[in-house]
Amino acid sequence: MAVLVIADRDGDSVRDTTHKTVTAALKLSGDVDVLVIGQGSKAAADAAAKIAGVRKVLLAESAGLGHQLAEAVEATVVGLAGGYDAILSPATTDGKNFMPRIAAKLDVAPISDIIEVVSNDTFVRPIYAGNALETVQSSDGKKVITVRPTSFDAAAEGGSAKVETVAGADAGKAAFVSEEMVKSDRPELGAAKIVVSGGRALGSAEEFHAVMDPLADKLGAAVGASRAAVDAGYAPNDYQVGQTGKVVAPALYIAIGISGAIQHLAGMKDSKVIVAINKDADAPIFQVADYGIVGDYKVVVPELMKALG
Amino acid sequence: MKVLVPVKRVIDYNVKARVKADQTGVDLANVKMSMNPFDEIAVEEAVRMKEGKEHHAAGTATEIVVVSIGVTQAQETIRTALAMGADRGLLIQSDADLEPLAVAKLLKAVVDEEKPDLVLLGKQSIDGDNNAVGQMLAALLDWPQATFAGKIVLADGKATVTREVDGGLQTLSAALPAVVSVDLRLNTPRYASLPNIMKAKKKEIAVKAVADYGVDTAPRLTVKKVTAPPTRSAGIKVADAAELVAKLKTAGVL
Repeated sequence: MAVLVIADRDGDSVRDTTHKTVTAALKLSGDVDVLVIGQGSKAAADAAAKIAGVRKVLLAESAGLGHQLAEAVEATVVGLAGGYDAILSPATTDGKNFMPRIAAKLDVAPISDIIEVVSNDTFVRPIYAGNALETVQSSDGKKVITVRPTSFDAAAEGGSAKVETVAGADAGKAAFVSEEMVKSDRPELGAAKIVVSGGRALGSAEEFHAVMDPLADKLGAAVGASRAAVDAGYAPNDYQVGQTGKVVAPALYIAIGISGAIQHLAGMKDSKVIVAINKDADAPIFQVADYGIVGDYKVVVPELMKALG
Repeated sequence: MKVLVPVKRVIDYNVKARVKADQTGVDLANVKMSMNPFDEIAVEEAVRMKEGKEHHAAGTATEIVVVSIGVTQAQETIRTALAMGADRGLLIQSDADLEPLAVAKLLKAVVDEEKPDLVLLGKQSIDGDNNAVGQMLAALLDWPQATFAGKIVLADGKATVTREVDGGLQTLSAALPAVVSVDLRLNTPRYASLPNIMKAKKKEIAVKAVADYGVDTAPRLTVKKVTAPPTRSAGIKVADAAELVAKLKTAGVL
């Protein structure tokens, strides 16, 4: 069986979500190819070729593929699908956007957001916001799967796969207009080793940034937020950690002024070490925290800054 | 412009799902059920398009048809959408828990009949969490798709949609007819007023059977088991930041 992994391209490189998806793919088969999509992606394809365990890299370039719009990605991947028994992509917003479209064209039931490969037709995935885990067996000849990156280790570097050019499809009936990416020197929320998250207790956008940004910078951490803080306008949308936001699993997660609603816990409970700082000793966040400090963040965070030196 | 809004009856989002002891699924007996929250946002947006609220010109939508696929009680879900301002409903009755592929095929058959200019639906249901039906429907129809919408502007035969994507926002323009799936921050759905709830009782809900559409809805996936996730046990409380930093250093995460 051969597996195609659709890379998560990042300019001239590929994100480590790609490496993690390769790890999942290698559990299915030793024959894993990586598809890099987008105009001007040669350097990214060369980067993907260095992932250990990759058989070859396919490079699909066309003007229509520039922003990974679903229609063009679908047409490109469906054209290649004949050679593969499974097609995998990280469960990023891009992957979630185009993978079901590819599956429908192939008349296959997509399997979303897997966290474990049980065998080459059986997978575990969270349902009900992670309050239950479903083990599903697919009877489709071809599998179309998105992979939750935080559930797999990244495949190492050290490969030297060949890069082959394949046909890239033209744009479909949708066109890119613009994008507005949040610029930050901090690590990306989904990939950061340390995440500091703020909740509604912070009270305002000014306070949120005044408290969270220096702490994040000191720790080299990404900043997250609870849905309550995002809905209140204290933090931007893409900071949201939780069922409806990002699912993170860093080595260290520090929750500040977050009570720990089910929907938030669903997005961070797989972190290795969880720290909670909250003045309410009964806050549910303490039930999942390895270390808790009961106290006002206004006192605890400055102390923490000092203790970190 | 005609808008079709598919809605799903799911466990209420305030209820914590509990796994059945025999590992066959989640226990839904005597559990409060509601409209999938993302679908509620889709209904709200369609109604605003009709009313001319926010940035939508009045009459952007002229007719809103709500469709649900599910058990008889899903009529209550449709009725909720009618009370919010949708015009008529369609229930495709099914006691089976259909997979997204089957749902997309049924919806395609509905689209072929109803010929809407826009299908507006939630990005995912909060039970299956598949995030797939909208994209699959768009593929089967060969229509463009715009998923995870945080803003929708309809003009000149196009939907200009700002999407919530990893790292920020992306705006794309899709030629109508199109499928748009909505994200959480598109709007805050209204509560239906009592007069509107009364009015909704007189609105039409057609009831059909899956078999009426002649599409293949056979499952492709077998659920082997449904289990509760591993629980995390509460750790320890530490006295102050200095002790915390010491513990984190010992744990090797600092």
